Amino acid sequence: MGKRLLLEHAHVESIDRLDVYRRHGGYAAVEKALKSMSPAEVVEEVKKSGLRGRGGAGFPTGLKWSFLDKKSGRPRYLVCNADESEPGTFKDRYLMEKLPHLLLEGIIVSSYALESHCAFIYVRGEFRWIIKILERAIEEACAAGWLGKNILGTGFDLDIIVHPGAGAYICGEETALLESLEGKRGLPRIKPPFPAVVGLYGMPTVVNNVETLAATPWIVLNGGDAYASIGIGKSTGTKLISACGNIRKPGVYEIELGLSLEEFLYSDEWCGGMEGAYGLKAVVPGGSSVPILPASLALKTASGQPRLLSYESLAEGGFESGSMLGSGGFIVYDEAQCIVRNTFNFARFYHHESCGQCSPCREGTGWLERILHKLEEGHGTLADIDLLWDVQKKIEGNTICPLGDAAAWPVASAIRHFRHEFEEHVHHPERCLFRRRQAAVPVNALAEPV
Amino acid sequence: MIRITIDDIETQVEEGTTILNAARKIGGKIVPPAMCYYSSLPGSGGKCRACLVKVEQASARDPRPMPKLVASCCTPAQDGMVVRNITSPEVIEARKGVVELLLVNHPLDCPICDQAGECDLQNFAYEHGLEKTRSEFPRRTFDPIDIGPHIQLHMTRCILCYRCTLVADQLTNERVHGILWRGEVSEISTYIQKAIDNDFSGNMIDVCPVGALTDKHFRFRNRVWFLNPMDAHRACSKCSGKVVLWLRGKEIYRVTARKDAYGEVHDFICNACRWEHYDLNDWVVEGPRSFQPWSVINANKYNAQTKELPDQLYSKLDNRRWNEFEGVT
Amino acid sequence: MLAVRSGKPVTFSAQALEQAQQIIRRYPEGQKKSALIPILHLAQEQNGGFLSVEAMDYVAEMLDLSPIEVYEVATFYTMFHLKPVGRYVLEVCHTGPCEIKGAEWLLQTLKSKLGVDEGEITPDGLFSIRRVECLAACGYAPMLQCGERYYEFLNTEEKVEALLEHLRQNANT
Ligand SMILES: Cc1cc2nc3c(=O)[nH]c(=O)nc-3n(C[C@H](O)[C@H](O)[C@H](O)COP(=O)(O)O)c2cc1C
Ligand code: SF4
Ligand code: SF4
Ligand code: SF4
Ligand code: FES
Ligand code: FES
Repeated sequence: MGKRLLLEHAHVESIDRLDVYRRHGGYAAVEKALKSMSPAEVVEEVKKSGLRGRGGAGFPTGLKWSFLDKKSGRPRYLVCNADESEPGTFKDRYLMEKLPHLLLEGIIVSSYALESHCAFIYVRGEFRWIIKILERAIEEACAAGWLGKNILGTGFDLDIIVHPGAGAYICGEETALLESLEGKRGLPRIKPPFPAVVGLYGMPTVVNNVETLAATPWIVLNGGDAYASIGIGKSTGTKLISACGNIRKPGVYEIELGLSLEEFLYSDEWCGGMEGAYGLKAVVPGGSSVPILPASLALKTASGQPRLLSYESLAEGGFESGSMLGSGGFIVYDEAQCIVRNTFNFARFYHHESCGQCSPCREGTGWLERILHKLEEGHGTLADIDLLWDVQKKIEGNTICPLGDAAAWPVASAIRHFRHEFEEHVHHPERCLFRRRQAAVPVNALAEPV
Repeated sequence: MIRITIDDIETQVEEGTTILNAARKIGGKIVPPAMCYYSSLPGSGGKCRACLVKVEQASARDPRPMPKLVASCCTPAQDGMVVRNITSPEVIEARKGVVELLLVNHPLDCPICDQAGECDLQNFAYEHGLEKTRSEFPRRTFDPIDIGPHIQLHMTRCILCYRCTLVADQLTNERVHGILWRGEVSEISTYIQKAIDNDFSGNMIDVCPVGALTDKHFRFRNRVWFLNPMDAHRACSKCSGKVVLWLRGKEIYRVTARKDAYGEVHDFICNACRWEHYDLNDWVVEGPRSFQPWSVINANKYNAQTKELPDQLYSKLDNRRWNEFEGVT
Repeated sequence: MLAVRSGKPVTFSAQALEQAQQIIRRYPEGQKKSALIPILHLAQEQNGGFLSVEAMDYVAEMLDLSPIEVYEVATFYTMFHLKPVGRYVLEVCHTGPCEIKGAEWLLQTLKSKLGVDEGEITPDGLFSIRRVECLAACGYAPMLQCGERYYEFLNTEEKVEALLEHLRQNANT
């Protein structure tokens, strides 16, 4: 059993209630930070911990915090990104559902570090029951004096506001999120300026993922060095991985960074291996936006090393033979799945979710979807595969926000590693296993809710 | 002042100047094309990606290149910055990509489009040797609609540059049109049937880079390249009264605001000047418009396409007939 | 584009009005517009599940916005319905991870059991079916959202039937 810094008490009955959470050591980090540390010391511990953003980009959190403009004296905001919409990712939901007070505790110590007195949790609108859980937790915390004015008599004030989205993947992008929070369409902003200088309502703002913030109480309590000693290299600490696809035990797991992908996939402690008779075909290790890895490159890097679940190991080989840890959305495909179909499906997703602001993404994502649809239906030609490659290249790197890249990468990596499948769809579409199975019942009755 | 080098030409600009404006200071062929940026409209730019350039050296202090191409219209110049535009094959390639993508959903019906001859997209496409895309799929289509008594919207031609909404925000008290929906199906619309009618609404036509917003009074009356643009003015209580009259003989076919070398208006005009003074006696004519924005028409490259047009369609204001013609195509 | 006017004015219940005021109050001074999305959710609820032009105009007035600002926002987000919908909107996730677990099968099953296509409303006004993108339940697929809840692992006909029956029962009480 690996170390559990976040989910240690996730299975305790009623841990979402303040009194139970307190009995398991909850809010000790708030007490420690507010009473015995200065904000700068908290920032310092987080820097030492090597904690990296868990929302997808993996940017060092302490460093991000140090960019926040504190000098001008304007109000500062902390915004928690709970928009969780990246296909394959469902970890923040789990964390908030089970341990709402852990997130609040993280927000309190982080706000203290940033000297911010108002924090927002931007929750995707579909998570209605989570909004209620969070609001109840906030009420409990306020009543017990962990939130509001003069917390623990230290003079530190903090309000937390839960704000719902309304159905838009792009609002997970931090500047689109801020626009949405301001009551506008979720259009990513043009950077610079960065949110650390001009963010919410024009004020200095830090946006962090749910899991990132939830990791801070442990760091405050145990010290940055202790956190940094867990994990591997620059991938410190633990990470929540949401595993789905053709595996026996889909779900949310906390792993110590550096666990081998093979062990994660096949061990009974984690995914429990493939769900049925088919073997492993491919893995998307970090949410739909990251490059897909064929089985061979998922288990071993191109240089023959075991592939580890860490920022560095997953990225090893660059786009040629690597991928990314991304948000930790771990999607497993067995041999019966069709890469052409899956690529089409993802292209449809990005087309649907493009905000439409910049032309390469607005026009290009639709084009990608249409070519892929044609190929998937078996009406494509070999020239269409080359065209597909060309179109994704026109989008990548030329857009306002990374959604354009996120739309291009799955297409590029699918062609790079599975060109033969695309060709097969041109010559013999009727052989596609997925198309043949589609009419049948898809049942996998093995998995049941935990 | 800071120094910046663009395509090996050095210039000095004020701190905070964008790369695009620095290039415009140098002038000539090295100026990146701009389809959404509009200097007099704060908040414009960054969207069309036509103006992408390569930053080879970010600044004197940080000589590293920038990892991606950047939109020159919204990236500030830094002291010692080195930029490549037309001398970078990567930029040319990316720009070609942008053109092709802009045309994916564009009807390219220039022969029947009122903007032909003064259309940024037409020029942009021509310059990059592209007259169509490789996309074989149906384009998104919309029926043309009248938004108010003066303006017609051909949403199919819109490139979603956001300029018309920005101009409305700036010049009118309450914007009634906006950008609805999301992604590829976004559209300019009023959502409910609503006329756009205020004293400055006509400027939306002038800022539109394509033929999406057109002057209903001018539609089909003539092709711009048959007309004589003249600078003129009149005393007006609402605006500067400085306009361009588009004449054939002594007849005024159209009144527009004055555009600079980059197709931008700096003195917006009121609807009265634009639509209520078609008598030459109302104006003090200053003389022929001193320069013309570069265009495929002026460069005499457009003749092949113009020939396809039935001449009589341009001779008189005859909407009924034109509609029939449109129905056929 | 057609806008739907319901022809009837929108009124919030006293409780909803109080809720709206609470929402507005929680944002900083001068940032009333931030309340737009939460209040549109409320308006949709108060207006029988969709946002008519009247409902949006009402919200515009409440927040001192011009109507077009509200239309722009309402049309951007997929959770806002701009046309009438059934009392229960069955929103089936059809994104990759769900698809490999049978999202298309779930859609087909719902369509044939209810006798309507996507976007339609059953004659009794109870159900409509809609495809949506990833709802962050990828490990519990196939699934759908209905109202406040997620219904997961809908991988047998019996489970689908039981869900529909449960909703019908609810409608009667
Ligand atoms: C298209 C797009 C979608 C994103 N969605 C999310 C999301 O749902 N949740 C999240 O935390 N970060 C998301 N991100 C990343 C955020 O922009 C941002 O980097 C992150 O919230 C920063 O927090 P972190 O440093 O703690 O990871 C997304 C980014 C992009 C470009
Ligand atoms: S890349 Fe796509 S999502 Fe991002 S700003 Fe451009 S159009 Fe919007
Ligand atoms: S808008 Fe420009 S490119 Fe499009 S049809 Fe008209 S003239 Fe041609
Ligand atoms: S109508 Fe014209 S000005 Fe308005 S967004 Fe479209 S192209 Fe731009
Ligand atoms: S002009 Fe710069 S992006 Fe459009
Ligand atoms: S793919 Fe369906 S919930 Fe994520």
